[in-house]
Amino acid sequence: MKRYGEHRFPGKLFVVEGIDGSGKSTQLSLLHQWLRAEGYGTVFSEWNSSPLVRDTTRRGKKKKMLTPATFCLIHSTDFADRMEHNIIPLLKAGAVVLCDRYIYTAFARDVVRGMDPKWVRELYAFAVKPTAAFYFRVPLDVAMNRLINGRNGFKFYEAGMDLDLSGDPTESFEIFQGHILEEYEKMIPEFDLTVVDATQPIEEQQAQMRQLVKAKLAQAKRLRVAP
Amino acid sequence: MRETYGVVLPEMRLDNLPGKLIVIEGTDGVGRSTQIGLLKPWLEQGGHAVVDTGMSRSKLVSRGIKQAKQGHTLGRVTLNLFYATDFADRLENEIVPALRAGFVVLTDRYIYSLMARAVVRGIDPFWIQNVYKFALIPDAVFYLRIGVDDLIPRVVFSTGFDYWESGMDLHPSEDMYESFRKYQTGLLAQFDTLAEEYNFEVIDATREIPAVFEELRAGITRVLAAPQQSPPGPLPGQAEELQKAPATGNNGAGN
Repeated sequence: MKRYGEHRFPGKLFVVEGIDGSGKSTQLSLLHQWLRAEGYGTVFSEWNSSPLVRDTTRRGKKKKMLTPATFCLIHSTDFADRMEHNIIPLLKAGAVVLCDRYIYTAFARDVVRGMDPKWVRELYAFAVKPTAAFYFRVPLDVAMNRLINGRNGFKFYEAGMDLDLSGDPTESFEIFQGHILEEYEKMIPEFDLTVVDATQPIEEQQAQMRQLVKAKLAQAKRLRVAP
Repeated sequence: MRETYGVVLPEMRLDNLPGKLIVIEGTDGVGRSTQIGLLKPWLEQGGHAVVDTGMSRSKLVSRGIKQAKQGHTLGRVTLNLFYATDFADRLENEIVPALRAGFVVLTDRYIYSLMARAVVRGIDPFWIQNVYKFALIPDAVFYLRIGVDDLIPRVVFSTGFDYWESGMDLHPSEDMYESFRKYQTGLLAQFDTLAEEYNFEVIDATREIPAVFEELRAGITRVLAAPQQSPPGPLPGQAEELQKAPATGNNGAGN
């Protein structure tokens, strides 16, 4: 069993992190298109875990059966499934793999739910260390404004309603995301996250991403080229 | 005050858990469930309310684990985390409420089997031990110990070789006998390591059922006589947990 930082694969792994409304998914999809146009075999890793893990997670959420511990563990199971069946084989095959959210999301979320920070980090020690991890930093009010226009309401766990922060889902979401932001800030030096100022124009953020990705890909020799 | 192996889960209060947590460990086919079947009525006759529990029986995960084992579709890390989820669910919803209500919790295997099986399958021992750091430290672990040469005839003349208990996922090219021998030898070696590290009370399980039962009874009597870690009985406001506990086993004596 290889640990974080010990894997050696021909492929490359780029991940984006940030709270909802930070614009990270938009940036990742722009990066995806550009990489394909450049001729790299690029795969967007979806959260398509095995049906049985997915069903358990879904059932637990639907019935609100999850405590912070089982929420954390069932998501780590789901992530492990994706790691073992999707991400690792792709990296072995020399693909450029893109992930919208990664282990840092789990660290932030689970620690806010009261799980031990060191323990959660060790729990995910099986994860492959990304080639680069971009953190889209955005003030809470900016993210909230973007979200309130774009969606109708928040889901129970997404808003951290299980933590009894507030009876109002929107308010609970805001408090919860505020704590998540604090956790992200701690992780920037710890995991060497590349900070992108997500209040900048989209084009500028994308230019910053491409510059770094290009430099990382220049070092790779055995990447697959798209047919 | 009860203790864990290093990590306390959110909202898990470790004070006021007056019940006893007793673990029966041992490899496949060693006779754990036979002994538990004898111990439960014996304890109940002695006036103790008993909850018996075992691996992959949680409401949340047990169905998924059964399906996973049929299809062998999960990776090794994934399967181990699935088991850990199941364990956490049972710990929070079954074991802790029962201990709070003063039950004797008799568990057929605990984290040690899960760790031994993981390590034999190439999982990093440090990693898997960390995963289970949130487990409560039991009042006693009775390890039914047997050598592979004594184990084989028992398995052959009872249930036969099982795919997983023979580690066929590890040695698919071998026949069941060879694979069973190899896998169980590795597993028993892991148990011996764990026995020292976690202070198991080792019981020679090569003997007849009544002899093993007698030794277990003596051990459990000792555990039950030990001073309670906190005053018995639930605190006000824990009625909900109290009601959950008896539902998990057919508690004879109640409380």
